Amino acid sequence: MAGLIARRARRQRAFRWIVLVLLGAFFLLPLIAMVEFASRGGGQSWRLLVDWPQLRETYPDLASGIVASLGQAVLTALLMLVLLVPTAVWVRLRLPGLRRLIEFICLLPLTIPAIVLVVGLAPVYAWVNYFLGGSSLTLTFAYTILVLPYAYRSIDTGLSAIDVKTLAEAARSLGAGWGRVMWRVVLPNIRSAVLSAAFLTVALVLGEFTIASLLHRDNLQVAIELLGKSSATMSVAVSLAALVLAFILLLLLSLFGERRKASR
Amino acid sequence: MANVVDTPDLVAPRPEIRARRGVGITRARSLLATVPFFAYVVIFLVIPTLVVVVDSFTGNEGGFTLENISALGDGFIVDAFVRSIVLSASTAVVGAILGALLAYALVTAKPNGVLRRAVTAASGVLAQFGGVTLAFAFLATIGLSGFVTVFLKDHLGIDLYANGVWLFELPGLMLVYTYFQIPLMVIVFLPALDGIRPQWREATESLGGSTWQYWTRVAGPLLAPAFLGSTLLLFANAFSAYATAAALVSQGNPIVPLQIRGALTSEVVLGRQHLGHAMALGMVVVVAIVMGLYALLQRRTAKWLA
Amino acid sequence: MRTPSLKGAARSATALLAATAMAAAVAACSPPEKKSEADSTGAATATSAADLGGLDALVTAAKKEGQLNVIALPPDWANYGEIIKAFGDKYGIKVNSAQPDGSSQDEINAADQLKGQDSAPDVFDLGGAVATANVAKFAPYKVSTFADVPDALKDAGGAWVNDYGGYMSIGYDSSKVPAPTSVADLLKPEYKGKVALNGDPTQAGAAFSGVVMASLGSGGSADDIAPGVDFFAQLKKAGNFLPVDPTSATVESGQTPVVFDWDYLNVAQGAKLTGKVQWKTIVPANAVVGSYYVQAISKDAPHPAAARLWEEFLYSDAGQNLWLKGGARPVRAEAMEKAGTIDATAYAALPKAEGTPVFLTDAQTTKAKDYLSANWAKAIG
Repeated sequence: MAGLIARRARRQRAFRWIVLVLLGAFFLLPLIAMVEFASRGGGQSWRLLVDWPQLRETYPDLASGIVASLGQAVLTALLMLVLLVPTAVWVRLRLPGLRRLIEFICLLPLTIPAIVLVVGLAPVYAWVNYFLGGSSLTLTFAYTILVLPYAYRSIDTGLSAIDVKTLAEAARSLGAGWGRVMWRVVLPNIRSAVLSAAFLTVALVLGEFTIASLLHRDNLQVAIELLGKSSATMSVAVSLAALVLAFILLLLLSLFGERRKASR
Repeated sequence: MANVVDTPDLVAPRPEIRARRGVGITRARSLLATVPFFAYVVIFLVIPTLVVVVDSFTGNEGGFTLENISALGDGFIVDAFVRSIVLSASTAVVGAILGALLAYALVTAKPNGVLRRAVTAASGVLAQFGGVTLAFAFLATIGLSGFVTVFLKDHLGIDLYANGVWLFELPGLMLVYTYFQIPLMVIVFLPALDGIRPQWREATESLGGSTWQYWTRVAGPLLAPAFLGSTLLLFANAFSAYATAAALVSQGNPIVPLQIRGALTSEVVLGRQHLGHAMALGMVVVVAIVMGLYALLQRRTAKWLA
Repeated sequence: MRTPSLKGAARSATALLAATAMAAAVAACSPPEKKSEADSTGAATATSAADLGGLDALVTAAKKEGQLNVIALPPDWANYGEIIKAFGDKYGIKVNSAQPDGSSQDEINAADQLKGQDSAPDVFDLGGAVATANVAKFAPYKVSTFADVPDALKDAGGAWVNDYGGYMSIGYDSSKVPAPTSVADLLKPEYKGKVALNGDPTQAGAAFSGVVMASLGSGGSADDIAPGVDFFAQLKKAGNFLPVDPTSATVESGQTPVVFDWDYLNVAQGAKLTGKVQWKTIVPANAVVGSYYVQAISKDAPHPAAARLWEEFLYSDAGQNLWLKGGARPVRAEAMEKAGTIDATAYAALPKAEGTPVFLTDAQTTKAKDYLSANWAKAIG
């Protein structure tokens, strides 16, 4: 039996390395190619990326796209948290019957493709334009819908891990109002889930193109596409930078999650 | 003794009645707290969906009509749906098989080792890495002046595009889509593989079964619902994708999302907005069916591999 | 015992009904218009500069508004970059240029979406088809040089006026490919993997006219676009067709050595890339497709006086010559040539066009569009 297990382990190790090398090459190749492509022309693209004032002057559309995307990311994360966390906690505590409905609603955006959503959003956004103007930051409303599935799953998992009912009842019996319960009792305990949801939101918003493009708003991805028509190397450089940023965000997320688990 | 207990009207109202009335008021107030969430979802999710449905049945003059739906049967729209389905199905199957192999490779590694964590994190990023940035990445790799194209031409004399530039058509889309389908499969299928208990392998071996028999008789049937479900999820993911194709393809609108864009923004063929809505409705129907099947398969999976 | 399932179902049903009703209402009605303060001068209803008390009064009113919203005007399209800068410098009015990459339909969509907002477009530069379909959205205005424009190229009431035009051309890199003399030449093996069309003909007006030109050069006529679609199918089969969107980046890098595009756009590319790429432009003989673009003022323009001043500028000698500098044929060319105010060198440098130029009528355009949308994807797919 031991010989059988050892032989299997060796076969699995060989299989593992073959698969990883082949698929790893497939996945790394475009990334290497992006670095090579963006470095054509003397590395000017890289220098511009770190020089913000120069970037704003040479590529004003790109600069405004970056600023708009960052603003959208922050606002979407905030709106998502304000909407989801109280609702998820409240449903767990007081309305357990609604949980399946909320879960279904939060999974709906996966069934309704963004291209379909944006077709139907046009009349809704006519009203949004009326009340709030036509700025790119109003895309936050559409983006919050897009991140619902991922954010809800993250927050729900976080809430499942702690005993919300006991915590809330204990706090209430000690005289805390609902605001205090949410802000000072529940939130600190689901910190990693909330951060996870926030990071996922930022990654998704930075990579979103469909809705911004078809509603004719400013956005990082829209700016990159426009840039591709005039400067190929710069657009590839910015794409790589955006990708690396998303990777760092998600890496931090997984590391932070690890640390929380370790500290328990 | 029985008489004392048998006079309920002389005692205070039973606690259940008071509790039921109290529960009613509290329940209404509780529901009130969820109103912001529901209102938001209705405005920005339910209403747009209903607008798409209602507008599919609206004519250019405003009345109810079925001509948009019947126009979906036009040759070029049917072709677009067929191409979308072929693209989604092929990338789903290829992504599922390769992704499953990669996931199995991860499962055989140390559970909390660096390899598994790094590859899982990378999969998380690459699954989201779609759209414009991915299109540009492939242009930089095998585009007309891409790294690999130039390398093959200069060093090996191979012209990738001797028979036409396929990168900007369906074959190119298939290749590019696989890039985010495989990581998505890894993310979705890994939990199912984790649910395979080593005791089942040992039991098979102690009963004299071979590896082949283990995979075809024990693990295979258990993993089949999860595998199929994940494939369906990959299908829905590819079917809904728009940004990658929009950035890569500029001629011919081969797939449905690009046809929808064309119906909305074309300056040559006008008055197609409602046809665009009808195509969007068609997309929702296809994705809803696929996701419904996925949900069914998920429940099967949860039963065995929770 | 309560029956929660029935109650819940009834509740969801009523909610769904209410939401459907709301959806129908939202889709039908649009938000009320915001009252704009710029209406004090009466510029919104002025149909000529005289209505406001002369050109100087118009200039004062426009300067008071201080801004102008234009849309879908790429800087290298018929020299719009220089035109926008010249207008801004001359009158001190800030020009906000939105969506430089947009199509004519995008301009109308933006006007609808942003109706009543400060960022709504003031003026439009549209292709003929979109203009004809949206005349109700334009405010009639006759510029001071209105009489110079030939009758066939304007609306009698001034709702829209053609502004500049060009002929469809073939631009090519003379160091990479031999000079094509006709459309049929492009089927030769020397052009393998080199011929690109500016856009998708079912989407963009320029590409549509490119297919019409191919049709004229392959034995078709203004009534029949089928030979043009067949030409591109053959081009694809021969491996000569490049399904890449030609942009200044692709022309400069040499990815798209042959481009079907308006002559003014090809000429502008050549001028921009002198010294880097030897970009030449020819209009194929006897396959001359012409088209004018259309200027119009939005009825709901947030800056009506500035919009009207913009039109006056564009149709003045200075504006028309700036378009000519960009390689486009300004609509007042004949009158200016007679008066001697035209830029003679630029006019002489325009690509020569042998043969009678063909301008598609509305009926011919509709027939061609229908054929294209049914057959284009199959032809090059």
